[in-house]
Amino acid sequence: MSTQALRRRRLDDIEGVELNPVRASSNRAFQVLAALAVIAAAVLRLAGVNLALAAVGSYLAFVVLVHLVYRVRNGGRVAADKTAKAVLYGTFIVAIVPLVSLLWTVIASGGATAVNPDYLLTSMRGVTGVHDRATVEEGAPLIGGAYHAIIGTLIITGLAALISVPIGLFTAVFLVEYRSKGRLATAIRFLVDVMTGIPSIVAGLFAFALWAVLFGVGTKNGFSGAVALSVLMIPTVVRSAEEMLRIVPNELREAALALGVPKWRTIVRVVLPTAASGLAAGVTLAIARVVGETAPLLVAVGVTQGINVNPGDGPMNTLAVYAYNLFKYPRNPGYPDPSLDRAWAAAFLLILVVVLLNLSARLIARFFAPKTTG
Amino acid sequence: MAADSLGGHRGRPYPSPSITEGPMSTDSTSADAVTLGSEGPLRGATTQAGGPAEPPSGESRATVSGGRARRRLGDTIFKGLSISSALLILVILAGVAIFLINRAWPVFGAAPEEISGGQGFFSYVWPLVVGTVIASVIAMVLAAPVAVGIALFISHYSPKRLSAALGFVIDLLAAVPSVIYGMWGWTVLAPLMVPSFVWLSENLGFLPFFETASRTGRTLLTASIVLAVMILPIITSVSREVFLQTPRLQEEAALALGATKWEMIRTVVWPFGKPGVIGGTMLGLGRALGETMAVAIILSVGGFSWNIINAGNSTIPSEIALNFPEASGIRLAELVAAGLVLFVITFVVNVVARYIVNRRAEFSGAN
Repeated sequence: MSTQALRRRRLDDIEGVELNPVRASSNRAFQVLAALAVIAAAVLRLAGVNLALAAVGSYLAFVVLVHLVYRVRNGGRVAADKTAKAVLYGTFIVAIVPLVSLLWTVIASGGATAVNPDYLLTSMRGVTGVHDRATVEEGAPLIGGAYHAIIGTLIITGLAALISVPIGLFTAVFLVEYRSKGRLATAIRFLVDVMTGIPSIVAGLFAFALWAVLFGVGTKNGFSGAVALSVLMIPTVVRSAEEMLRIVPNELREAALALGVPKWRTIVRVVLPTAASGLAAGVTLAIARVVGETAPLLVAVGVTQGINVNPGDGPMNTLAVYAYNLFKYPRNPGYPDPSLDRAWAAAFLLILVVVLLNLSARLIARFFAPKTTG
Repeated sequence: MAADSLGGHRGRPYPSPSITEGPMSTDSTSADAVTLGSEGPLRGATTQAGGPAEPPSGESRATVSGGRARRRLGDTIFKGLSISSALLILVILAGVAIFLINRAWPVFGAAPEEISGGQGFFSYVWPLVVGTVIASVIAMVLAAPVAVGIALFISHYSPKRLSAALGFVIDLLAAVPSVIYGMWGWTVLAPLMVPSFVWLSENLGFLPFFETASRTGRTLLTASIVLAVMILPIITSVSREVFLQTPRLQEEAALALGATKWEMIRTVVWPFGKPGVIGGTMLGLGRALGETMAVAIILSVGGFSWNIINAGNSTIPSEIALNFPEASGIRLAELVAAGLVLFVITFVVNVVARYIVNRRAEFSGAN
């Protein structure tokens, strides 16, 4: 009796665990109920119920049923476990739904226009609301494309990468190879983290203000945009590069140094090549992060309708700003569809670029991974 | 001698001294060679005992290359470059504050009548700050539970193979440009929201937040939902990372004591990961505060109002994006000053969030 009480008290000390043994349970009921929920949602949809309502309703019914079935069959603890599982699966679906909907919308609204060579190879110079009206009313072909924006995106993003990659890499080298500990390194690491949270529009304002001080108020050009993007890109490059340099085995450094190789050559010829794939993947992801930035470029670069290949001379256009402008301010507000088509096509191109960059970063990291053993 | 011949290998990636030119030679520079020979293994030993990889410091390097200017020059330049890059980061951060203050300065000297609204900068920026905070807090409240659920799902429920794929999906969610989220919110989400707004105003209309419903769906609540989707990935990735750091032995101990998986998560994983989740959520808040395009496109802006299901309200970033292209003179300074306020707010939020997350990281290192 007394040992019973003692045992009970001890187990009760563990918060959240009740003296209530778990009875063996199978996953079968869970799977069957999930299948039933999917069927129920489909049936409700076909019966004319709003899709969102049908999905949410059958999901909630699924969670409740899972709880009840397992409570009856296996008791409260298993029921709580299975209910939690059902809820967690649900959260994941909640994340998938907007992504799928968004990708579908972009592909459906912009895919057709984006593969049109006329769209890819003409700018918006001289395109007015009159043309858009003709497109809608008389069925004239859509004129005006994103050529200037594509060029602008390539130039500005390229310049931003040219600025950020060396600075980011050298900072990572400093943090890993020269001062892995110490107050300065801690402070810089912390500030780099904080810098990743700088709002993109603030980066744009910074570039604008810097250019206003250096070259006079209202100077907007491609370089200014590249500086704005660099502020956003540098911290990403530093963090990923630091992580990559850190996993280079120390034995490699020691071997090189022991052979009398100067430290900087050790870094350039041994450490960096070993980490090359990871560094390339990190840079690719950093580019993917800034290629779709709108706000900083809107502020720092301005907008133009024609082709401008000189980042030192006046406003340029980029895909994201192009999409924003045509979407928000259609060429002909009375006939917005042609402008929306162009905007969605630009969005399609952006998504394509971002997905390809993300995929290639993954592939680079996987197939050229360094051998970290020994 | 030995030193020179070692130096002669500069062109090769892995210089390997042969026996004759190796550290064994007994000439005047052998002191260097001895230092070199004795330090290598010693350093290796300390490194292994010390745990985290710490490359040899510059001082010991100086002993090894003692007295050879040619080598030191390369080292000096390289080291100088890395230090100055690192310091440049500090300069950039300080520069952001300094240049924004520089451009915003006219606002602080201007008469109240010159500012938009005619009552001074404070009363101009205050409604914007409140709008920004409301939109971001709603986004955070909506996103955090879902993000934690996804993080737990990835870290403890999904099969390993699936985890990688799910990680990619979350990465994609993070990579979609904000302007596209805005366009999607305007085109797809806003019309979808209208019926629920109507329902809210009919049934909860006595609350000031739900007084009258918008007919277009272009409201602060819609914008907040889009913001929630946008900050989901950052909260998820931080949470997932701390959940994965949970000491494996503690998890197994809980399971061995007979806990179900959910009880294990509640008693081991959650207490361990909670500070990290809080930090990650605050990072998400910081991101939402600074998010521009989604709000600028979706929200049909207006003056401040408690009603979140009708047109009205604005946020600092969208105010800047919508008005900057045409602004000049004092209006420009006003917008830059609003940007400065935004910078300060997000800076504080990010510093606190990073502090919490980093403290968590140090803590878990001890386990």
